[in-house]
Amino acid sequence: MPSQTHVTTTINGEPVQFLCEPRQSLLECLRDILGMTGTKEGCNDGNCGACTVVFDGRIVTSCLVLGVEAQGKEISTIEGIARGNRLHPLQQAFLENAALQCGICTPGFIVAAKALLDQEREPSEERIRFWLANNLCRCTGYDKIVRAVEQAAAVSKQEAAR
Amino acid sequence: MKWFDYECPRTVEAAVGLLSAPGRKVRALAGGTDLLVQLRAGRREADLVVDIKEIRELNELRLDSTGLTIGAAVPCYRIYNDPAIARAYPGLIDAVSLIGGTQIQGRASLGGNLANAAPSADAVPVLIALGARCLMAGPAGARSLAVEDFCVAPGRNALAPGELLVSIHIAAPASGSGAAYLRFIPRNEMDIAVVGAGASVVLDGNVFAEARIALASVAPTPLFAAQAGDSLIGKPVGEASINAAAEIAKAAAKPITDMRGTAEYRRHLCGVMTRRALTRAIARAKETN
Repeated sequence: MPSQTHVTTTINGEPVQFLCEPRQSLLECLRDILGMTGTKEGCNDGNCGACTVVFDGRIVTSCLVLGVEAQGKEISTIEGIARGNRLHPLQQAFLENAALQCGICTPGFIVAAKALLDQEREPSEERIRFWLANNLCRCTGYDKIVRAVEQAAAVSKQEAAR
Repeated sequence: MKWFDYECPRTVEAAVGLLSAPGRKVRALAGGTDLLVQLRAGRREADLVVDIKEIRELNELRLDSTGLTIGAAVPCYRIYNDPAIARAYPGLIDAVSLIGGTQIQGRASLGGNLANAAPSADAVPVLIALGARCLMAGPAGARSLAVEDFCVAPGRNALAPGELLVSIHIAAPASGSGAAYLRFIPRNEMDIAVVGAGASVVLDGNVFAEARIALASVAPTPLFAAQAGDSLIGKPVGEASINAAAEIAKAAAKPITDMRGTAEYRRHLCGVMTRRALTRAIARAKETN
């Protein structure tokens, strides 16, 4: 049995260490080694975006990142989005707009949309749709998701103005 | 995925040493958006994966008087997020901003798009049109190659065993130059080109001084349609010269029929996309004058 690799990284602001095989994806490491099952596996080849996480400041599909590549990096996942028991405006907006049905794509959409709203306060509908083109949803038809992101942007703007 | 070892060298020399390991199947890893998919599906094999993202030269993104140097591991987003590069090379920006979606653009590199040698690679036609060169390092030293000579067959490139693509260099844009890349897909985003066309022109008043055209998804490798570009040189800018070049590009294409389109449809699209790419490149050339 070849040896495993020791990885030291930061996830949602906390220092984390784990052992993994070089062939294991970051997605597998999050779910199967660290028990962080909020990040979902969809297609496992980069098309669907269900496994989206923030990796050193950029959203990536964690199925296409090796766990060993996380060494020394900063990762944010869906588990780090709520503020304690208070939902993030995006999570609240997804609930209020029924922007999910089966829910498998939802963590990926929320992580990806948050990355957009963190850098742009009022993205246009076109901007939101192109930004989220790497996230697939087979239930909603996307309109409710786009409305939820627009609502969250408006709420975040109000909160910032207060 | 099958077991492989992983190394993350810090220098080009160390990477070349690892890539040259005798008797091992070694693959270079940049953004991983092609390689990891291929390893998982068994379409490529590796017993050693060499992560090249921690090597300084492969992360270089430098715009200076000689032109633009893009390290082979630089992801797409770094290129389109740089305002000076976006101003100088709008044709390149066309390509890097339509490879995959936001997540893929955060990882996928221009060097990887080239080294993967897909006939449909979106960045390659515009690199050929811009006359870009590949800089490689290997056990026998450094060498450079024109991008149109780099892809040799579907999924195969000109790298010798142990050789590493270090960077891509594009000359500084001449005054009166413009370039564009356009892709035809049946949806708005996240698809593989049915046909792609890259064009680069240099105008002297209303006359073509230089022109280069290359096509994606119409031959076993990205196709440099040299005669189509050459036909424009010395001709006035206008419908007649553009249509004639588009007909030559159509004739140069060797498309196949597959699930994305028939050979006949692709050949028709070669004409349409060449005309549109040239028209956009010309408009940009006029803006810079």
